[in-house]
Parts: sequence; C-alpha cells; structure tokens
Amino acid sequence: MAKKGYDAGVKEYRDTYWMPEYQPKDTDILACFKITPQPGVPREEVAAAVAAESSTGTWTTVWTDLLTDLDYYKGRAYRIEDVPGSDDEIYAFIAYPIDLFEEGSIVNVLTSLVGNVFGFKALRALRLEDIRFPIAYVMTCGGPPNGIQVERDKMNKYGRPLLGCTIKPKLGLSAKNYGRACYEGLRGGLDFTKDDENVNSQPFMRWRDRFTFVQDAIEKAEKETGERKGHYMNVTAATPEEMYKRAEYAKELGTPIIMHDFFTAGFTANTGLANWCRDNGLLLHIHRAMHAVVDRNPHHGIHFRVLAKCLRLSGGDHMHSGTVVGKLEGDRDSTLGWIDCMRDRFIKEDRSRGIFFDQDFGSMPGMFPVASGGIHVWHMPALVNIFGDDSVLQFGGGTLGHPWGNAAGAAANRVAVEACVEARNAGRELEKESKDILTSAAKHSPELKVAMETWKEIKFEFDTVDKLDIQHK
Amino acid sequence: MSAIQDYPSRLTDNASRKFETFSYLPAMTDKQIREQVQYIVNQGYNPGIEHTEVENAMQNYWYMWKLPMFGETDVDTILAECKACHDANPDNHVRLIGYDNYAQSQGASMVIYRGKGFK
Repeated sequence: MAKKGYDAGVKEYRDTYWMPEYQPKDTDILACFKITPQPGVPREEVAAAVAAESSTGTWTTVWTDLLTDLDYYKGRAYRIEDVPGSDDEIYAFIAYPIDLFEEGSIVNVLTSLVGNVFGFKALRALRLEDIRFPIAYVMTCGGPPNGIQVERDKMNKYGRPLLGCTIKPKLGLSAKNYGRACYEGLRGGLDFTKDDENVNSQPFMRWRDRFTFVQDAIEKAEKETGERKGHYMNVTAATPEEMYKRAEYAKELGTPIIMHDFFTAGFTANTGLANWCRDNGLLLHIHRAMHAVVDRNPHHGIHFRVLAKCLRLSGGDHMHSGTVVGKLEGDRDSTLGWIDCMRDRFIKEDRSRGIFFDQDFGSMPGMFPVASGGIHVWHMPALVNIFGDDSVLQFGGGTLGHPWGNAAGAAANRVAVEACVEARNAGRELEKESKDILTSAAKHSPELKVAMETWKEIKFEFDTVDKLDIQHK
Repeated sequence: MSAIQDYPSRLTDNASRKFETFSYLPAMTDKQIREQVQYIVNQGYNPGIEHTEVENAMQNYWYMWKLPMFGETDVDTILAECKACHDANPDNHVRLIGYDNYAQSQGASMVIYRGKGFK
C-alpha cells in the first residue's frame, strides 16, 4: 500500500534506486557503467543517480509519480564493484525492466541508457561498459539481414577468411578509374573491394556512375576468375530517401553487397536499411566512422563492445572490429571479447576479455568481423590466428601499394591467406612460424615475394589507450 | 626492386579460372592432402565428395559423388573414395567438403584432384 499523501521536494536517489538485495530477472536489460563520482558523493548515491536518470527518475519528486507503479518501472542499481587499478572509479550494475523499452528499437534503448545521464553533474565521467540484452528483447530485433552462414553460401567461400580491399585514394578518383582499381583487385584474387566510408556521392564521382562501373568490374572479374566477387557499394546518404534510392539501384544491377555507415547515419537509418536488405536479399557491410569519438576514452563514453552488440541487433552482416596488429587502436583480449559478441550464439561472462555478462543471442545470425586498417601481408599469420575463418581481412594500402599494382597485391594476399589456413589446418603454429610459412609460400608466388620485400619493416607498435581494467599496482 | 611483372590472367585462358580455397596455391602433395583431410576429421565435420566439369565449376551444385560419408573418421577411407571419384571422372575437378552440421554450413571445401588443364 502506498504511503499516504504527496511529499514534494528532493529525496536522495539511493532511497529509491539503490537495491543491493535485488535479484535481476532473466527479462531485465542489465548494464554495467564505470562511474567517476564527484569528490564527496557516496558511491551508492552516485550509482542510484545513474539508475534513476537513465530510467524513470528526475531530480525532484513530482505528484504524477504517484499515478503509476514506479517501483515496478524504475531502474535498480543492484551491485557496486571496485574498478581494478583505479581508486576513484566504480562499476555500477543496473537492471532495467524490459517494459521500459520499445520492442526492436536500439534507438530507444540507447536514448535511455546513454541519454541525459551522461551530462549529469554529480558525475565527473561515465562509461557504459557492457549491456546484457535478454533473449526476450533480442527476439524482437531483426538482426543481421543474412548472417555468416548465408553469406558463405551466397558467395561460395568456405574454410578460410574472406579477403577485401578498400580502394584508395579515398577521394578524388573518377568513376571509371575507380572501377579499374576494383577490377584489378578482384581479378587478382580478392573476394571484395570496398568504398571508403567517405565516398558517398561527391561532384568528382557521383554514386550512380560509380555503381555502374564497379558492377562492370565485378562481372568481368567473376568471368575471368570463375569465383564470386562483390564490392561494398556505399549507400550512406544525407537522407533515408536518398539511401534507399541508391540501394534500389544497386539491387537493380544485381550486385551482392551494399554498405552503410551506421554511426554517422544513425540507428534508425541502419535498422531500416538492414530490414530492406533482408527483404531484398543483399548483404550489408557496416562501417563504423565516429565510433572512436565515443569508445576510445577509458573513462567516459560507450565501450565498443556495446556498440557491436547494438549493431548486431540493429542489423549488419559485416562490421569493422579493428585488427589488433594494424594502425588502429584495439587491445588483443578486448578485441577477442567483442568479436565473440559479433559472431557467437552465446557469450559467457569473461572479465579477462571485458565481458561483464552472459549474453544469449539465440538464433540470431552472427556478423563477420572486418579487420581493416594498416595491415599488410606480414600480418597475415597473426590475423588468421586471431580472427579465424569467420572474418573479412581487409588490406587497402596492403593491396594497392604493391609495386606491380592491385592484381599482384591481391594475389599476394590471397596466396598468403591460403598458405596460412593450410598451415593452421596442418597443425602448425602460425604466429611462431609466420616467417617460414610466408617464405615457403612465396617460392611459388613472385607477387607474394615482392609484397614481403616491400612491407618488411612496417609496424605499428604504439601502446593501446583503451586498455582492459586490470590491477597494475 | 625487380622489374614490374604482368599479371597474366585472361578470359581466353581456362587455366585462369580459380576454384576457391587453396586454388591460389600449387597442387598439394599427398602428405599435405592427408593433413587437410585429418583436419576435417578433427573438426568433427562430415566428409562429402563432389565433382564437376571444369567449365561448370562456378555453379552452386556440383555432381555429388554417392552420399556424404557421415561419421567417417578414417583418413584412408576418405582418400580412397576421393580417388574412386577421380578415377571415374578423370577430367573433372574433385572436391572434398567438410559439412559442419552445427553451423549448417561447409566448414571446409577444397579441390583434391584438379581437372584437366589445371596444374
């Protein structure tokens, strides 16, 4: 029975939202936030404040609170932990009843969980480390339009990672010259070429011309090699209407795969396009421009594993994951954790990989993680070892920068990936024996030999900024 | 740096056609093939054999040789069956598939005997 009468004023958040005795339900959405409280604010109060501000609460009591069953709808902070290696941060675990979120709407989930609360003054910094989506919510989302297994069947690629290449220079080529660069890569042995993310429809190369010439490149390379090929035609545009127009034309051409930038375009556009791809049988490659703005700072923002889970629910068949070894940020254990979130059916809690919750994706298909950014043929053994078969390895400069051109660069990478898979299957240790494996493969491939000479000394050995939280004192 | 080499693939040259995984490597030795078959067995895949005329290699469905060898784990038995398929269809590509019935996909697929005109 509710208490008699309405007390106006400000209550402490913890009176309502801190519930250490609460047992999360199987249907709750769970979140783990890393919080840096303002000095002097008790940890229970700050955890409760985050629960309140990301669910039902506001800063003061209002009489309309009494018209509903707030105790049912509220988010509950149910656990607090120390952050290993940090004196001033805490992990706060919060459970949200599933009723708070519209079915199938990642937009709605994020608007609550990472909305106003991130600007809240009682916090110095706040980071959403992980989300557990209950299977009941997962089942309301469309997910990947095709998934790994269907893509393998459509593209006829089995038992090895797929190979891609982003066409460079990023900007400035004419459509016909651009198509040439694609054709050369595809005929040399790539499975895919890719529009760079900022290639949309600029004055020097309008999208329709690009799609038309590139499709010609795909078709000729298929005839020539006898293998299935694709090019991620970027349909990212200023408006959803324009995006669908481009997607329709790509479909009309009979091309197998299109591409979208989910973060700059937003989850509404992405979910819509994923549904369109499912309806029309096209594969969907997802780029992640802007992600590092929100996921790189270890104290504030959203961890990439959260973005990866959200994107899998929103829909995509490929998603960029980082490379561990290339030019872009990505801690190894952490990367292994989020590529599991992209591909696996069930991901177990594993703090050594930054996974805070068990996550069940049920029958939702997985996505191919795409390793791209500053990788070349010497990285191949490590990449095959880290990513396994269900991945797309994407060499831009590492294909196009070959002294003999794109076809030779492509062939070098294809020979290298096949040699690594063969060696792995034969029980050899790829990373230990990398030099020997590549050197013997190069005996039969002058293209690989020259690639190995060209990129021998290039390494990107900088320390990772966003590390896993571990005790280091 | 050595002089630039041409990339010699041609529409008019049948040998330019590839056949997916491992087709960019030289034909494997008997020892190498045995290792790959052992891998398929170790992964728990079900071996299956298919073959095709080389000009039809791009089609989804090759001719199935008998039925997949469900539960077969003996490398010699699998290799003997591949050879039987090759002997009966000497001009054709013969491939060995590893069916992964958990992923409902092919975990492996590789041409064991290359067809006529392919080294």
